[in-house]
Amino acid sequence: MKRGFTILAVLTALLLSFSLYAALVLAPTEQTMGNVQRIFYYHVPSAWVAFQLFLINFVASVIYMIRRSTKADIVALVTAEVGVVFCTVVLITGPIWARPVWGIWWTWDLRLTLTLVLWLIYVSYLVLRRFSSSSQTPLLAAVLAIFGALDVPLVYFSIWFFRTQHPAPVIGGGGSLDPRMGWVLVSNWIAFMALAWLICWTRYQLEVAQRAVHEAEAMQSLMEGAR
Amino acid sequence: MADTQSTPVVVAEGVMKQFGRFAALRGVTAEFSAGKLYVILGDNGAGKTTLLRTMAGLAHSTRGKITVLGSENIQASRAQIGYMAHPSLLYDEMSGMENLRYFAKLYRIPAGEVDRRCREAILSVKLDPDLERPVGQYSQGMRQRMSLARALVNDPELLLLDEPFSNVDARSAAEMAGLVAHARDRGKTVFVVTHQAAQLELYADEFIWMESGRIVNRTSALQGAKG
Amino acid sequence: MNFLTVTRATLAKDIRLEWRSKDAINAMLFFSLLVVVIFSFAFDPTAEESRRIAGGLVWVAFLFAAIVALNQTWARELRNQVLDAYRVSPAPAIPLFLAKAVGNFIFVAALEALMTPLFIAFYRLRPLGPGWQLIPIAILGTWALVVNGTFFAAMSLRTRAREIMLPLLLFPLSIPALLGMVNSTTAILTGETSPAFWIALLVAYDVVFTTACLLLFETVLEAE
Repeated sequence: MKRGFTILAVLTALLLSFSLYAALVLAPTEQTMGNVQRIFYYHVPSAWVAFQLFLINFVASVIYMIRRSTKADIVALVTAEVGVVFCTVVLITGPIWARPVWGIWWTWDLRLTLTLVLWLIYVSYLVLRRFSSSSQTPLLAAVLAIFGALDVPLVYFSIWFFRTQHPAPVIGGGGSLDPRMGWVLVSNWIAFMALAWLICWTRYQLEVAQRAVHEAEAMQSLMEGAR
Repeated sequence: MADTQSTPVVVAEGVMKQFGRFAALRGVTAEFSAGKLYVILGDNGAGKTTLLRTMAGLAHSTRGKITVLGSENIQASRAQIGYMAHPSLLYDEMSGMENLRYFAKLYRIPAGEVDRRCREAILSVKLDPDLERPVGQYSQGMRQRMSLARALVNDPELLLLDEPFSNVDARSAAEMAGLVAHARDRGKTVFVVTHQAAQLELYADEFIWMESGRIVNRTSALQGAKG
Repeated sequence: MNFLTVTRATLAKDIRLEWRSKDAINAMLFFSLLVVVIFSFAFDPTAEESRRIAGGLVWVAFLFAAIVALNQTWARELRNQVLDAYRVSPAPAIPLFLAKAVGNFIFVAALEALMTPLFIAFYRLRPLGPGWQLIPIAILGTWALVVNGTFFAAMSLRTRAREIMLPLLLFPLSIPALLGMVNSTTAILTGETSPAFWIALLVAYDVVFTTACLLLFETVLEAE
């Protein structure tokens, strides 16, 4: 397992380096926006990775509700945490891009708003996990994740319709994409997925270890009681 | 009669209950037959309340199995259980009869029977059913007795009482002890968790001694039994 | 049969208890009034502008009033641990939830009924679109807040910092409903667009989350 980790770490480092190079050097300069546009290669793949992680969280939460499997619970926790991190990247790179290009800090475009709402839902998910005093926290968290998943299509449609009534600049480009930019985008996406996997895996092991420590402490007090 | 005495009313197999790092129950394995009055004793933190709540279905064991009235799924047996704890489990702003009428409806007592059963229960604890004073204004002894009446309104086969005599005047305590013994005489099974075992010394069939989340002894007399 | 009996009995009991502690109701009514007045001081537009923002103002004001009401949904059950008495009984969880949600709905609707004429007066509101449609919007919107609010109020019982957990859990999930309420109200006040999509969204929201709450409430109730 240690070896698998090292291989993945090296692979991730290579992918990230290459993708960074591709984004900064190889990709053609955008016509109207210039070099600022290159932040697009961080902004969009982060969003994709965040959504993927939240999807995994949803699946893991459903599995937990049905099977009460500890593994599923840990996967849910881990993907929520890392997902929030990637969401934060999207929410920060968005305004950084928008400001020099359009002169505004924020726009209620579909992707950005959806990301914001997901960020809010999952931060509340993490707060629930932290503040819960119940012995069945994983179950409550799974319920919240399911509510969040049910909310997503409703959020999507409400923002989509709102946008048709109040058009505004779309951060991330609405039109067609130059294929030379397309592959840089995908390369960054793959690199970010590798990074997400690496972080999730590490966090997963950490959580498993922490829970094992708790178990051991409980076992120890059990032994003490027997003496 | 022979039937109820052959099947045990509560069977616990390796019941463990953990609250975070604290193990309240560390493997309780025991069988309890019907029609007896059991007194559960032990220091604070011994697990008495947790065991009672697990029998009532209010707490779920982390490990192990508990069978109540022949069923592992406690929901099925709830109509036959009466539970009382130190908080009164009553609405302070309503009178005794109003409280009991509400709870009677939760137990599917037919509408025509509700008033009669409630009056009976209140009279059996030597309180006045026509007293309109809200329960919040009762003395502690009266409140405990009304709480017991609530536990009796559905004429349960299994009575679970947690510290019924605490902070209660001597007369109320003696009344409740007699009532509890009378229930046992009518074939009910009663578990009483208390620090004041003397109240039930004459009536109890068995004393269950708990320590550090386990049953350490079971005796039929109070004197010289622990350890 | 028992289902309806329990729902009705619980609702009747709650209404009776609310009525007896009238000081709590009065305090909340006064709070709603204060909210309207504060908003009116904070946002003082001409009649033309007011139609465009009134939708948002009114619903945010309703939201604040609703949170105060929702936070005490289970207050009486917590005192003296009455919730244990309910759990120990054979009564199923769903009637309890329905009774609480409907009770909250009645209460919040009463608060809204008080606040609305005040808003109309202060902002000189007169809908340019079909005004009667504001009634179903109010019902759908209020139910959206109340159904999830009652559910998360129960979930907050299992947390520390209970009173802040409720809005924290409720607000993010309520965003589509809020968009629905505000935009449909604005559409009718200004008469410029049709509220049809937003009303449909509110219906979808209410159906989805009422179902989810009914299915998952027992899980939350039993998570000690």
